[in-house]
Amino acid sequence: MNILNYIDAFFSDNAHWQGYDGIPTRVAEHIGYTLMALGTAAAIGLPIGLLTGHTGRGGNTLALIATAGRALPSFGLMVLMFVLLGLGMAPVMIPLVVLAIPPILVTTYEAMRSVDPAPVDAARGMGMAETEVLFRVELPVALPLILSGLRSAAIQIVSTATIAAYVSFGGLGRYIVDGLYQRDYEKVVGGATLVAAMALATLGLFWGVGRLTVSQGVRRGSAG
Amino acid sequence: MSELFDMPSDLQNSYLGLVALHLREALLPVLAGLLASLPIAQLCVRLRWLYPPVLWVTTVLYAIPSLAFFVILIDYTGLSELTVMIPLAVYSLVVLVPAIVDGVRSVPQETLAAATAMGFGPVRRYFQVQLPIAAPAIIAGLRIASVSSISLVSVGMLIGNQGALGNLLNSGMIYNQPRLIWLSVVGTAVLAILVDAALIVVRVLLTPWMPRSTSARRLTAKEATR
Repeated sequence: MNILNYIDAFFSDNAHWQGYDGIPTRVAEHIGYTLMALGTAAAIGLPIGLLTGHTGRGGNTLALIATAGRALPSFGLMVLMFVLLGLGMAPVMIPLVVLAIPPILVTTYEAMRSVDPAPVDAARGMGMAETEVLFRVELPVALPLILSGLRSAAIQIVSTATIAAYVSFGGLGRYIVDGLYQRDYEKVVGGATLVAAMALATLGLFWGVGRLTVSQGVRRGSAG
Repeated sequence: MSELFDMPSDLQNSYLGLVALHLREALLPVLAGLLASLPIAQLCVRLRWLYPPVLWVTTVLYAIPSLAFFVILIDYTGLSELTVMIPLAVYSLVVLVPAIVDGVRSVPQETLAAATAMGFGPVRRYFQVQLPIAAPAIIAGLRIASVSSISLVSVGMLIGNQGALGNLLNSGMIYNQPRLIWLSVVGTAVLAILVDAALIVVRVLLTPWMPRSTSARRLTAKEATR
């Protein structure tokens, strides 16, 4: 039996579409976790990134944070938090947020730094206040890169939230982890398909948001 | 009381053994990724239209969560190290291909013309001029790929204890020994930092003409990791 048969069997089984362990419930859980973690990380990372990028200070510290964020093993951190804090939302949310902040923060900073200084100076020369310079000149130009930072963070969260099933969390990882324990490969492959689909949907969502929010002129200038 | 580095015997490894296993499982894929990216990147430099689709494909592959990637491969490669290493090699492409393309493209036209004028053929020019000038960018990519690879190997624990240091997470849970979990997390993080530092040293040795500071290195969106 090949992978496609497993996928077909998983999705055509009615039992997988309802109840506590049904696909709709698990998908909703996974989206909920992702939104919560991404929202928290963005609420912390975006303002700091915008401010440090605007003023141009703290680049070295941020580079350090980026390396540290990468070096932290997400899965290990989650298990450690679970052992320290016990069952609940916090042991999973803390690692998810901690891991999502560096890409958002550092990319936002770099995006702001990479804005061409000439239009920024022109805006100041025209008498724009600093907040206007930030929100009406720098932010629109930096938006594609900022979105790509948010995108990496979101994909990282979707992926890591899957692993969280190992420490008794819900979401789509349940199918994979439970399936592995139950030697139910159909369930494992079904879960993997759903997770991959969700990651690709996230990618597509950010592509769409980029099309809608990035101004025409900026998109032409940076060429993709 | 057990000693700090005592391992449960079912892991069939000492702590250092696990560290060595972890390094191999994390770095061999990056090496494979590098060997694959060099020709891919060269093609992208030669044929400009090829670059956007290649970037697109690597980005999509990179988005597939590691656990999903692992378990789908189980059907083909079983509960083996290879099942962990193949996705890691694929993930490294998303960082390495752009790093090499940008690095090779950043070689000034005059430098290439000078090399040609000195009688360098295309192959010799590639190895003796373009690659050395691209080296800092390539190593910056290697640093990111290696560090994230080291962090991701641990997830291999979920598929038949193929996670090297990550296997300690499971042992820590089933034997109720937080010590083992600490050893896994701290060990993995320290390993990542050491490999990162080693690659900086390699860069300094390979490019003696560059300034020594690494802080000037610019981060880009592609460098953000999962």
